[in-house]
Amino acid sequence: MQWFDALIQGILLGGMYAQYALGMALMFGVMRIVNVSHGDLVILLSLIGISLASSFGLGPFAVMAALVPLAVALGWILQRAVLNRVVGEDPLPSLIATFGLSLALQNLMLQIWSANSRSLPGGGIESRSIEIGGIYIGLLPVIVLLVATGLTLGLDLVLKRMRFGRALRAASADVEAAAMTGINPRSVYAMATAIAVGILGFAAVFQSLRSTVAPSDGGAQLIYAFEAVIIGGMGSVWGAFAGSMVLGIAQAIGFRIDPGFGVLSGHIVFLLVLALRPQGLFGRA
Amino acid sequence: MTEVLSTHGLVARYGDFQALYDVDVEVHEGEAVALIGANGAGKSTFLRAILGLLPVKPEMVHLDGKPIGGTPTDRMVQKGVAIVPEGRRLFTGMSVSDNLRVAIDQTSRLGRKGGWTLKRLYQLFPILEEKAKTPVQSLSGGQQQMVSIGRALLCQPRLLLCDEISLGLAPRVIREIYTALPEIRAHGTSIVVVEQDVGLAKSASDRLYCMLEGRVTLTGRSEEITREQIGEAYFGGGHAVV
Repeated sequence: MQWFDALIQGILLGGMYAQYALGMALMFGVMRIVNVSHGDLVILLSLIGISLASSFGLGPFAVMAALVPLAVALGWILQRAVLNRVVGEDPLPSLIATFGLSLALQNLMLQIWSANSRSLPGGGIESRSIEIGGIYIGLLPVIVLLVATGLTLGLDLVLKRMRFGRALRAASADVEAAAMTGINPRSVYAMATAIAVGILGFAAVFQSLRSTVAPSDGGAQLIYAFEAVIIGGMGSVWGAFAGSMVLGIAQAIGFRIDPGFGVLSGHIVFLLVLALRPQGLFGRA
Repeated sequence: MTEVLSTHGLVARYGDFQALYDVDVEVHEGEAVALIGANGAGKSTFLRAILGLLPVKPEMVHLDGKPIGGTPTDRMVQKGVAIVPEGRRLFTGMSVSDNLRVAIDQTSRLGRKGGWTLKRLYQLFPILEEKAKTPVQSLSGGQQQMVSIGRALLCQPRLLLCDEISLGLAPRVIREIYTALPEIRAHGTSIVVVEQDVGLAKSASDRLYCMLEGRVTLTGRSEEITREQIGEAYFGGGHAVV
């Protein structure tokens, strides 16, 4: 029973990681952009959300309604102003540019919000739970998992069925040939990063509801997102979703073995996948 | 005949290496022009320079009499210049119909009209309809070439650039693909074919240009140019105009 409970909690935790990983799957898996500032963007959005909530007395879902469009705009500007200048066959320039951006964002956040940890008041939603057959399941993690599933489904449909999705897949297969078909790769990429960061708007609200956030927390979110994408296999959004589940379950089971072993257990599973199946569990070789 | 595309003293470089020297080429409406020459003569470079893939000065390339050199590739396609690139360059991992849809998406996004539809394309290459759901990487070379031509046609070009479309294909397949060219011209589309196969280039074109080491060494009406003239222009010798 204890292990079954760990499995359930792991899947629910995976729902949170999936929200970090989807944007990463889009940027890293499809566009080959290594965005080191991914985690810092989650924290930045979280802190903006917390400030919005305290300044205007907004509830968590009102904060989400404000934060997601803001995140979309931020992603679009990020791609237009920074990433479109460094995107290309070589992933190194984007890595260096976003590393610099990550440092700048962290210091900017320290300047504005100080190093204190904060969280978003959820009006009781964060502590409510449901009991099913002796297992207590938190309401918030269930909502997180449902939203993550919905976002994955939506993103998969966009990539497979919509004009933008086809253009993005075409540009990631062969950017020059895409331009030869009338696609402007830069505007397609801007749209993709807008979506990737937009998803982080959801993640930011949930992250700051379920725990505290501080300006230096971005690194951990970045690592979890990377690990989930690599475990699942690059270039597939369902792969990133599944990778998040694997990571969440590994951490939850590790945590049951020893509370200090939780995060490490996730890293070990990641390293094992990297060593034994580098294309990812669901990736094509 | 109205001029669709012309280049004037077109010069192109890859870094320090100059690949094109003062190339003057004209293509008129409804015309098929062949560009022949050995490997490295500058044929593909010429197409890349027109399509904005290499830096060139605006006045070096004219479309409908207006200077447009250096315009970004996607804008050139929107202006009606499409290419069947060397090596086909299909979107791997996507199906035949998705590859074609990418082109349709872009023309409909911009509200551009043209005579080419999926239905008409499937009449031209019936095998593509059969293979619509197949991922492009599992098609034969000839079928992939048809997808590449189809994708370019669905960009609704007034000028179609074909870069070595016979390369690596069986003679029967080459014939099949080259029979489609008159049908494409019948839609009012001008064509530039880049070829290494001189016989094929001559029979498929009204006029031809022969290139050698980045320069045009021979131009004239395809039916009037003799094999000897081509031989000299292809491998070296003086500049000849017929």
